[in-house]
Amino acid sequence: MKPERTELSLIGVAIAIAVMAQFSPDWLVFTLTLAISTALVVMGVVMLMRAGLVSFGQGLFYCLGGYAVGLGGRFLGITDALVLIALGVLVTVGIALVLGLLMTRYREIFFAMLSLAFSMILYGILVKSHGLGSTDGFGVTDWSVLGFTPGDGQATTTALMLALVLALAIALFLNRYFRSSLGLACEAIRENEVRVEYMGISHRKVLYINYVIAAAVGSVGGSLTALAAGHVDPTMAYWTVSGEFVFIAILGGTGHVAAPFIAALIFTLVRTYAVELAPNAWQMILGIVLLLIILFLPKGIWSLFERRRRATE
Amino acid sequence: MTEILRTEGLSRYFGAVTAAEDINVTISEGEIVGVIGSNGAGKTTFINMVTGYLPPSRGVIAFDGTPIKGLGPRKLMRKGLTRSFQIPQLFLELPVIDNLAIALAAAEHKQFQMVRPVRTAARLQAADEILAQMRITPYRDEMVTAMPQGARKLLDIAIAMLGNPRMLLLDEPTSGVSMDEKYTLMDTVMEAVHQRGLTVLFVEHDMEIVQRYVTRVLAFASGVVIKDGPVDEVLADSQVQELVTGRQHHSADTEGEA
Repeated sequence: MKPERTELSLIGVAIAIAVMAQFSPDWLVFTLTLAISTALVVMGVVMLMRAGLVSFGQGLFYCLGGYAVGLGGRFLGITDALVLIALGVLVTVGIALVLGLLMTRYREIFFAMLSLAFSMILYGILVKSHGLGSTDGFGVTDWSVLGFTPGDGQATTTALMLALVLALAIALFLNRYFRSSLGLACEAIRENEVRVEYMGISHRKVLYINYVIAAAVGSVGGSLTALAAGHVDPTMAYWTVSGEFVFIAILGGTGHVAAPFIAALIFTLVRTYAVELAPNAWQMILGIVLLLIILFLPKGIWSLFERRRRATE
Repeated sequence: MTEILRTEGLSRYFGAVTAAEDINVTISEGEIVGVIGSNGAGKTTFINMVTGYLPPSRGVIAFDGTPIKGLGPRKLMRKGLTRSFQIPQLFLELPVIDNLAIALAAAEHKQFQMVRPVRTAARLQAADEILAQMRITPYRDEMVTAMPQGARKLLDIAIAMLGNPRMLLLDEPTSGVSMDEKYTLMDTVMEAVHQRGLTVLFVEHDMEIVQRYVTRVLAFASGVVIKDGPVDEVLADSQVQELVTGRQHHSADTEGEA
């Protein structure tokens, strides 16, 4: 398959970030890593939104990915980050395969609330698990990547490189996925389930596969966050965290695979500075930003690029 | 001629209301059958039961000699029985070409492909062909929302045809279409139908359309088939004129004869 313009752009941006990171301060590298990790979870939200579903519980898979990394290192003695991430994906896919059977029966507010309920169940279990640090969570053990153990001061950059490689691979896959039969079937379901069935497509099966993939992608985001932050705690599954993912998805829009990354970066930077400059009003600032986006850019920030592209055409 | 669709004692009740009662119909391959009746006569209930949209309360439905009662739209489509809708069922916020591309992917059983683009060269060619046949090529890259009602009807029927059906059920294909457009629309549809050798069952309120395009008519009233036969014979029937087509039709004919 020939690489497309979007794919080449994604590869180019990833290389540019990797080069830039070598000359950037640690705080910026760390912020970028968190933004990329968050974008992956948001990507899962976007996948569901393209199928007409809004999840207020994607924190469930984010948390599962994070805790798999923490528990894998702590109890199974796994140190390789890729194996830890794979463990997270495996656990998440297993759980999503079961939950998906129920979730794909619901739509609209029922789907949203049910997804929220499942994430809050995990939150409740973790808060009550004193062996896992209860509300404080616990630290992630030192990790390596393919035999390379980051030395002092290298962990942040290594985490970013890992996040970049994985995010790029996922973005390249999803870029194709969105334009594949299955990706388009998701959009078709959002538009008209009756017609989808009369085309001979099982809408339940399409939504099920989409749900599981979205969960797996969210898990990778959670694992990367745990590796970068070196800590996991139950708030990863808390509903406000899931709400943030929805916020970022709306901010970016669902029109392009790059949108969640741009939105996650903007969100992370805005939040970082808003907390710094207005510690008591940063949530209000974010609320106003969301309001403005909904009013003036209902299809998200990405629609600005779309408008520009259409204007040049 | 080979039988393609048969119903025996087909009935549907909604509580105490009888929407369809004891419908016994046999349709042969290649027939173009019109379904007429006033509002609430049971036409759409009949179509909905046959196409798996509504489960019958009792009775038998056989397609190509196989019982199909209880099968959903997806399985019926795979057997070769599909439909269009009175209100076109389309993907409004998707381009017309994608409406067709996904239908073609589904017809090829490739709806679960995750990496290959849905717009393959072969699918685009097939989509372009049916767009040209349906005379809606100018809307190819437009969103469905940009299409007028007549064009939407044609797209709805085109999508149904892409599933390679043997039998097509059309639910009021000319409703909501202007007087000027309806014959062009029906000519276009029937040309595609004949080219594919399809059997067609279509619900229609417009008696001029019925007279012009069908060979056989099922007349419904109060949930039962009151007359089944050649189009001229059914439309001339006094009970049909009284309950379905209205007295005016009868009077006009009488005046004409006088």
